[in-house]
Amino acid sequence: MKLFDLRGGVHPEGKKDLSADRPIRALPLPKRLYISLQQHIGAPASPVVSVGERVLKGQLIAAAQGAVSAPIHAPTSGIIAALGDHVAPHPSGLQVPAITLESDGEDKWIATQAVDDPFALTPEDIAARVGAAGIVGLGGATFPAALKLNLSRNSGVQTLIMNGGECEPYLTCDDHIMRERAGEIIEGIRLIAYAVSAKEVLVGIEDNKPEAIAAMQAAAKESAVKIVVMPSMYPMGSEKQIIQVLTGKEIPAGGRPADIGVLVHNVATAFAVQQAIRYGKPLISRIATVSGGAIKQPCNLEVLVGTPVEELIAYTGGYTQPAARLVLGGPMMGQQFTHTDVPVVKGTSGVLALTSKEIGQAEPSPCIRCSTCVRACPVGLLPLEMASRIRASDLASAVAFGLKDCIACGSCSYVCPANIPLVHYFNYAKGDLAAQERAKLKQEATKKLADARNERMARIERERAEAMAKRKAAKEARERAAAAAKAATEVV
Amino acid sequence: MFTAVISLTILGSAMGLFLGYSARRLEVEGNPLVAEIQAILPGSQCGQCGFPGCAGAAQALADRNAPITLCPPGGRAVVQALSLKLGIEANLSDVKDSVPMIAEVKEEICIGCTRCFKVCPTDAIMGAAQQIHSVFREACTACGKCEEVCPTESIKLQPIPVTLQSWHWHKPLAQGATA
Repeated sequence: MKLFDLRGGVHPEGKKDLSADRPIRALPLPKRLYISLQQHIGAPASPVVSVGERVLKGQLIAAAQGAVSAPIHAPTSGIIAALGDHVAPHPSGLQVPAITLESDGEDKWIATQAVDDPFALTPEDIAARVGAAGIVGLGGATFPAALKLNLSRNSGVQTLIMNGGECEPYLTCDDHIMRERAGEIIEGIRLIAYAVSAKEVLVGIEDNKPEAIAAMQAAAKESAVKIVVMPSMYPMGSEKQIIQVLTGKEIPAGGRPADIGVLVHNVATAFAVQQAIRYGKPLISRIATVSGGAIKQPCNLEVLVGTPVEELIAYTGGYTQPAARLVLGGPMMGQQFTHTDVPVVKGTSGVLALTSKEIGQAEPSPCIRCSTCVRACPVGLLPLEMASRIRASDLASAVAFGLKDCIACGSCSYVCPANIPLVHYFNYAKGDLAAQERAKLKQEATKKLADARNERMARIERERAEAMAKRKAAKEARERAAAAAKAATEVV
Repeated sequence: MFTAVISLTILGSAMGLFLGYSARRLEVEGNPLVAEIQAILPGSQCGQCGFPGCAGAAQALADRNAPITLCPPGGRAVVQALSLKLGIEANLSDVKDSVPMIAEVKEEICIGCTRCFKVCPTDAIMGAAQQIHSVFREACTACGKCEEVCPTESIKLQPIPVTLQSWHWHKPLAQGATA
């Protein structure tokens, strides 16, 4: 199959060999799980259990709230120990509402509903089951999968692209799930394709994963699913980029893949979909890579959602040297964190403990406008121009240079010979613009309230004046009548 | 030369008449800029700028008698909007927008006197006599009027707590010279 060129991109050192030949192992059952209520894009889930309640594995513990949200299920059986705040897997280190589950060690499943012939279900039913199972995009974006299925079915998607790119260095979790669970993934892919009635199904896998390619090709032999080998390059696994490489189409600025008739899902999401539809199992665990120069035995683990990260690190033998930076996800786009009691969430693809040599932090020096970042940008933006505008607090012109199309892949920061934290500038600017937007919306709302109050006050004042005038007129009339009566009696 | 003088005179007087007529005909009552500026301002009439309400502030801004950084509840967003509207360069570093505030009721010492909700310009306070009052966060503009009238210092402006939704990366420090 003919592939299209990717604009820009970089070739970071893969470092995948650290964990690439370690098969997936299940992490022993942790004692305590901290299940965050915000594990997806959208409104946080709302708890449906109370403290002290006994729950079974797979039982619903928090329901979806609002249009964009996903439910959360108990990752193991046990007792709800607390409903309160716990540190979020987020660089801010802020607390978020979480459910603390004390496991009872039995790991007893709730009764699940298996389906013998999932293709006899209607596409709507599949989407509903995917939604009820709490499945979100496992590539890291954590967008509720059912919503994506419904949106794509309604807009008539032609091409389903399954993302097996895994272009982030260090991570090998998608590689291993494809090597070891290819049959389930292919069934999941066929279910997704059926749910959105896609005409063409492509699975893009980077050529640095030959075992995964072989396993997936063997599993896909008898189906319409096409395995496409792509060159290894960062950010090949980004939604916009994989579409461009496989179809040659580009998503319009500010648009969605559905606008050009494409739906992209991660291969791990396909596995979760298959488990949910065929066995009725909700999404309560995922495969995560534990790696980095400071980790003794890098490996791939199947972990329950809510497991504290320190348990993963301890299971792999702990640190060989103090970690200079801890990262959730890949080193290019992952989130750094400081407390090791942060829990694994549905979107955690990796836990990295990097040494100071690996992060290679150096003091930034002045920009010499060498334009290396321009060549590296996969979106075709001018990172140096945007960063200089943002540095001067001129966010409006940074937006004019296309800031909103930046996918924050970090390619520009990676190649910058002056070590300028370009993507940090863009993340700051996007956050600040969002805050300004919120402030503006709030101001508009409060203005309406103020106007309504002013109007009400004026009306009350007017009514009071009118009532007063009425009373005065009535009093005068009474007085006149009394005077007239008096005059009449005098005359008589 | 004669023709030139005559034609220019005719042209000049015709244009003068046209302009004079249109000036009368299309006369605008009041300064339209004032209304436009007033639309930018929060409209909560809190008086923190020192002018009688937002209309007074808008008039002063239109007459260039006030700095565009005059509105504390409006914050940086309003300064930027005003800077665009009036074509004045804004020094954003002067604007104290770093900690957005919000009114909060200390429930232990609220006596339910209803004074605060009577003065709130955006109806952001809920309460009744002898009942503990409460603030609608989304409606509060942190104008501070409630704080002034509270007899027990139960209602106070507090910084808005940072949540996961509102947190974002700070601006990179310009070490040496960057970008």
